[in-house]
Amino acid sequence: MDNIISIFINSIFIGNILLAYFLGMCSFLSVSKNMEASVGLGLAVTFVLAVTTPVNWLVYYYLLAPGALTWAGLPGIDLSFLKLVTFIAVVAAIVQAIEMIIDRFSPFLYSSLGVFLPLIAVNCAILGVALFMVERDYNLIESIVYGTGSGVGWMLAIVSMAAIRKKLRYADVPEGLEGFGITMISTGLMAMAFMLFSGITM
Amino acid sequence: MKKTESKTLKVLLDPLWKNNPIMVQILGICSSLAVTVQLKTAIVMAIALTMVVAFSNLAVSVLRNVIPRNIRIIAELCIVATLVIIADELLKAFMYDISKQLSVFVGLIITNCIVMGRAESFALANPPILSFLDGIGNGVGYGSVLIAVAFIRELLGSGTLLGFDVVPRIFYLSGYENMGFMLLAPAAFIIIGLLVWLQRTLLNK
Repeated sequence: MDNIISIFINSIFIGNILLAYFLGMCSFLSVSKNMEASVGLGLAVTFVLAVTTPVNWLVYYYLLAPGALTWAGLPGIDLSFLKLVTFIAVVAAIVQAIEMIIDRFSPFLYSSLGVFLPLIAVNCAILGVALFMVERDYNLIESIVYGTGSGVGWMLAIVSMAAIRKKLRYADVPEGLEGFGITMISTGLMAMAFMLFSGITM
Repeated sequence: MKKTESKTLKVLLDPLWKNNPIMVQILGICSSLAVTVQLKTAIVMAIALTMVVAFSNLAVSVLRNVIPRNIRIIAELCIVATLVIIADELLKAFMYDISKQLSVFVGLIITNCIVMGRAESFALANPPILSFLDGIGNGVGYGSVLIAVAFIRELLGSGTLLGFDVVPRIFYLSGYENMGFMLLAPAAFIIIGLLVWLQRTLLNK
């Protein structure tokens, strides 16, 4: 149990997927201009991460990992080099399915999340979390927690960035530093704030 | 003849400075900043990325009249993923230590927006050789930013370059200290921000 809590806290604060591993920067930079869109995309990413990470775990450990095909009578096969392609395909398929399900059952949720879902399929954070999960040898439960935690951490980062950029509009930024430059520097300052959590051990 | 030559050159050289993929197009910062703590990993990453962009541009451009328009994203993704897997396996085979340090970030070249971005916006509309050069130009332009960031971080953070000590001992004796902050993630964001500032100021002159 301790382990689970520690993975959760770690993935939100200390090992924040955006601020410590630079994943999901593209959509972070373009969407954080707008507060509402940031909240929407943050929720969508959290949701997709929570679903795709365990599915990718199952796919990896029952189909791709060395010796994973033992249940099919093929213990000598190692397909792990296919994990990149498979993970992307799984993510794209799940995002598509989620979009259709939400559209069918919850028009309200669809109108708020719907536009962001296709964007997510190519978000590096999703693939990155799946690859980290393999590299760190998480089990199924840990991978669910890690996926959700990373999503929450990403959302926290993008929403705070949206808030900062809203205030930045009134700031007098030197010419040439406006836009991209100052956004990167404020992200850096925010990352520094998040590093303060790294002294905490569970 | 002169005209085509200058166009080829422009395609190759523009992304290096004037239309740099990170600085100006704001593409593909994702993922790769994490490998800029050391110069060595940044250089390997830059080479891997350049190869992937160049060959994916070439492949997409050769196939551009065959790929049906509505499934082109999937086709491009397959080409890119294949190339990245090749790069990953090559690194594992010949540079095992570095591939361990790069960990998941080689795989993440797939989702790097530069690769797909160039395939979509350039290779689909241009002949193979030009696309290949465009890929090399963008890869090198991107790589040079990575290497610049890594240079600053390794020099100030560990006092070494490519693993060799470059800061003279006399500096340390007289009280100079390495800046541990440079080795942490926030430093990369701030350096990129400052580099962009520098580049824009120089360009606007």
